[in-house]
Amino acid sequence: MHRFANPTTFMRIANAIFPWAAGLSAVLFLIGLPVALVTSPADYQQGDSVRLFYVHVPAAWISLMVYGMMAVSSAAFLIWRHPMASVSARALAPVGAIFTALALVTGSLWGRPMWGTYWVWDARLTSELLLLFIYLGYIAIADAFEDPERGDKAAAVLGVVGSVNLPIIHFSVEWWNTLHQPSIIKMTGFTVDGSILLPLFLMLGAFTSYTIAIWVLRLRSELLAVKLRNARMSEVSLAPSLNRGAAE
Amino acid sequence: MTRKRRRLYFVLLGLAGLAAGVGLALTAFQDSIVFFRSPSEIAEGKVAGGQRVRIGGLVENGSVVKNGQNISFSVTDMANTVKVHYTGLLPDLFREGQGIVAEGKMEQGVFVASEVLAKHDENYMPKEVADALKKSGHWQEGGPPPSTAPAK
Repeated sequence: MHRFANPTTFMRIANAIFPWAAGLSAVLFLIGLPVALVTSPADYQQGDSVRLFYVHVPAAWISLMVYGMMAVSSAAFLIWRHPMASVSARALAPVGAIFTALALVTGSLWGRPMWGTYWVWDARLTSELLLLFIYLGYIAIADAFEDPERGDKAAAVLGVVGSVNLPIIHFSVEWWNTLHQPSIIKMTGFTVDGSILLPLFLMLGAFTSYTIAIWVLRLRSELLAVKLRNARMSEVSLAPSLNRGAAE
Repeated sequence: MTRKRRRLYFVLLGLAGLAAGVGLALTAFQDSIVFFRSPSEIAEGKVAGGQRVRIGGLVENGSVVKNGQNISFSVTDMANTVKVHYTGLLPDLFREGQGIVAEGKMEQGVFVASEVLAKHDENYMPKEVADALKKSGHWQEGGPPPSTAPAK
């Protein structure tokens, strides 16, 4: 298990996954977008507003999936101090924040014609908004310190603590009555017609593989940033001794 | 190794403690987290008169009377019914048999709403209303939802 913490091994696996994830996402978007936005039927109640749901549901799913990955990375960093774990969590945070914002915006645009309001403070909407703030807080804390390693640690604590919100978001529609409707995908089956499920699953697959591909790209750039910082640090710490050597 | 073990237990214990604390807090605030009350809760007198609340339920069939922008209808959970007065624009999904949430307060036995929102559900019935219906014995899981036939 711990050999995956080695950056070289980790990146070898990540780089091997990348072309598959990117390719799969391109194919699924090429099939899924026309099906979701053009050929799939309009809902008998919602009309064409139902098409927002093919972006909204995958974006909301990604917002939770990315946070799950970030929480696991944060915990691994706190427990085993694997440097790769904090690189992974830092790479994920902006991705999660953007998909959370996308889920909130698309939901709001759907809510106006359907519910009659852009926003209500019910348990689902409020807990999803809190998720956005946790992501933003993570990004802010991770870069708030002079010493990036202190930022890693503080952000990892927030990352683990924030995971308490995940079950609250998921079960909010069951634990309390909300304006937001309950999940359409349940353990026991679906509450939606097949012609609406197909584009939904295409888009869920497209968003998920896209996120994996973006994660690998972000891992590469975060690793480069760490290497660059380390190179600069060693230059700085080497410089005085070089000068002394020259003076003697 | 032991330090890593200790950190692992620390993180797990911390998360468990935090989850327990948040769980207790959410349970304690249960009443303010729910988005709306059912007509039965109003009938039981759980809501003080004059207090602003939201009520949720189905628009009773044949209860809608429109007079320009003045609208009156009844909201029901099949056990109890509350009469609602509302002046303003209704969301497109509003119709008889539809789940709605209205915000306002009780005045002399009538709920005066300042805002009416439609609740959307692929099952064509809000889960909460379905639960309330099941609780009051008017609907069984898998059975046809009562009085929710699409109006179109």
